[in-house]
Amino acid sequence: VCITAADLPGPNGVQLLDDGWPILADGFTLHVAEPVALVAAPTRLAARQALAAVSVEYEPLAPVLTLEEAGALPPLHEIRLENGDLESALAGADHVVEGESRTGYQEHIYIEPQGMIAWFERDGTLTALGSMQCPYYVHKALVHAFRLGDEKVRVRASAVGGGFGGKEDFPSAVALHAALLARAAGRPVKMIYDRHEDIVGTTKRHPALIRHRTGVSRDGRLLALDIDILMDGGAYSTLSPVVLSRALLHSFGPYRCPDVRIRGRVLRTHTAPNSAFRGFGAPQVQFAMERQMDRIARELGLDPFEVRARNVVEAGDRLPTGQLLDASTAARLCLETAAERTGFRERWKALEEARARREEGEPMRGIGLSLYFHGAGFTGNGERKMKSPVTARLLEDGRIEVLTAMTDMGQGCAAVFPQIAAAAAGLKSDDVVFAEPDTSEVPDSGPTVASRTTMIVGGLIADAVSGLRDKVLAWHGRPIERFRDAAQAFQREAGPVEVTVRYEPPEWQAFDESTYRGAAYPTYAWGADVVEVEVDPDTLAVRPVQVTAVCEVGRVIHKTLCAGQIEGGTLQALGWALMEEVKLQDGRYLNDRLATYIIPTAKDSPRIDVHLLEQPWEGGPFGAKGVGELPMDGGAPAAAQAIENATGIPIHEIPATPERLLRWAGEETQR
Amino acid sequence: MNASFSVNGRPVDLEGHPMERLLDVLRERLGLTGTKEGCGEGECGACTVLIDGEPVLSCLVPLLQCEGRRIETVESLAEGPARSFLERFVASGGVQCGACTPGIVVTSWALLREKPKPTREEAREALAGNLCRCTGYEGILRALCEEPER
Repeated sequence: VCITAADLPGPNGVQLLDDGWPILADGFTLHVAEPVALVAAPTRLAARQALAAVSVEYEPLAPVLTLEEAGALPPLHEIRLENGDLESALAGADHVVEGESRTGYQEHIYIEPQGMIAWFERDGTLTALGSMQCPYYVHKALVHAFRLGDEKVRVRASAVGGGFGGKEDFPSAVALHAALLARAAGRPVKMIYDRHEDIVGTTKRHPALIRHRTGVSRDGRLLALDIDILMDGGAYSTLSPVVLSRALLHSFGPYRCPDVRIRGRVLRTHTAPNSAFRGFGAPQVQFAMERQMDRIARELGLDPFEVRARNVVEAGDRLPTGQLLDASTAARLCLETAAERTGFRERWKALEEARARREEGEPMRGIGLSLYFHGAGFTGNGERKMKSPVTARLLEDGRIEVLTAMTDMGQGCAAVFPQIAAAAAGLKSDDVVFAEPDTSEVPDSGPTVASRTTMIVGGLIADAVSGLRDKVLAWHGRPIERFRDAAQAFQREAGPVEVTVRYEPPEWQAFDESTYRGAAYPTYAWGADVVEVEVDPDTLAVRPVQVTAVCEVGRVIHKTLCAGQIEGGTLQALGWALMEEVKLQDGRYLNDRLATYIIPTAKDSPRIDVHLLEQPWEGGPFGAKGVGELPMDGGAPAAAQAIENATGIPIHEIPATPERLLRWAGEETQR
Repeated sequence: MNASFSVNGRPVDLEGHPMERLLDVLRERLGLTGTKEGCGEGECGACTVLIDGEPVLSCLVPLLQCEGRRIETVESLAEGPARSFLERFVASGGVQCGACTPGIVVTSWALLREKPKPTREEAREALAGNLCRCTGYEGILRALCEEPER
């Protein structure tokens, strides 16, 4: 079968924040990988042959491909955040430092590509089974496009072979395509992207251009921050508005500054849409802020530690949004611990001096430090709007079954959730089982994104399981020897028993989306990275040798998995900083294979020493905060500073590939 | 063509196109879905299996090269001498999403059979053809080099 936009049963849009992202192109395309026609056949070979018989006639129009070109057109989205009086603060500053930073695309490269199977049951129910982070996003998109009732669509998440945000929105499109073909063919359709298709057609991290103008006092205190953020949204908006929002709210870094003016825009270009990727806008703006701190340090003759220590936020300080930081604020602790563990200040100074004395051809070493933070959970009022539910019910054998829509994509909720449930309710871990994420069974406890799974949903699980246990205890009326026996007896008398709890954000967490003032996140995780690199004097290839990541994430629930998130996120950040480069020609990705889009291998990976600090936060289960995205924020700026320390080449852009370093070194010499 | 070889100690005899990929034979004809496809062009290592004891990328091996060979997949490691290594691998944080894991443990096991106590450099070298996007390789290397768990 072959179908086009003319065959759609309903609106031609992937329902997400809106439905402006077409399911199939209708009359025009906005990027080279936009789906135009869908073909299914009984075998892969037959499908390839059928595809060869489809021809699409394109009339090329002039594309917009750079942020500079796109800046001349109206933005897809724009937001602003202002506090105090920027212009007079700038006018009164002893120094005004300007700088521009750029970050590139990043492709997720989950090892398992996108894939979905869709079919219609005899009763007309549409079922989709596949690799995804957000079963209810897929559900919403199918309901919308097929004009079906909620109960006529069933979405099941399989084990997810890596996500990193790449399986937040895109699986909705894959599910729609597979389901449209299943409808046309009258049989199940399996659609698995090969790696080439996955790189060419799916979303990437937004490239960004960030300009800073900072007023600083003589003693190195930040007085005024003027920040302009441009993000490349690609052809369709997808999740860009929320990515931009998180970017704005992390652009000032973990620093005190009274007067700020921040403007953020997402611009439209003619490439595949850019969307969610671990960190969700925060890594780009924190790279830029950390680079700006280093420019300030250089101008004032401070070392990288000192400029941060003079400005770092502490408990009782306010962020530029007005949010009062609570007792779990640990930025200074992370900064000082990282510096002490690595002897950073002495090492940095020694390597600065070594650089000045170095003879031609001698190997180059450098060390760099970054300080970063990450808001855990949805931005702004997201959690308040969702009021995510989690249900716990008794099974016939007396065990507790917990129902959530969360998927395990490697972050480990399949291990952490039972641990939380058993510990919260004082039960054995095999007294609790977890239902598969299947929308016909589980409530919509929200998407598996935003570092919210352990902190938000984990807390709900603790409450739901404890609530159910209390019901059994209250009925039993005396101490229980074996929970399952009591639960079975209770059910025989009472019938099915279940407890549903919904998330209620803390009352004080109020955020005004029109002014961007208030508590954008209930809490933050904090981190400081020290990266040491070796630079080849002939090729300028950068090899990270050793990373120390000091992270404060509230109470650590599972030490190995938590450290694993930080180890993996750190290497992903270093890949983005040093080697992962998407090359474009006329809007087409040139390096569209794993042979040409290079991610770190075991040989490129440094020793990563993760040091976890715990300042329990009362809002999370046992004091836990979000973890998953935090480590994406710190690696790139620390690596950039380390390269400067080693080579003296100023780094304003990533990835800092050898070819670019060579070019920047030439530009520096000419100056 | 007809091909006879062994998979995980059992004899296999089947008809197929000479260029049929061993990966597809394993997954689709023999139901051994432990072996994963990550790129289909020999870059990611997710489809690694052992042929006559050597780690090989099954997406690049056509059926015509399988005649008379001894093939071992990740399924064969579940029990037997690899068991304690696999347990250490999980406890050390070597697994997150699991998609690269079959290829990584097969490659690792081939190394450990040759060299029961590899250094970090030897382990890195052996694993250079196996991409992992989740772990940063730290948990994997801890398991291979028998360093303490975190």
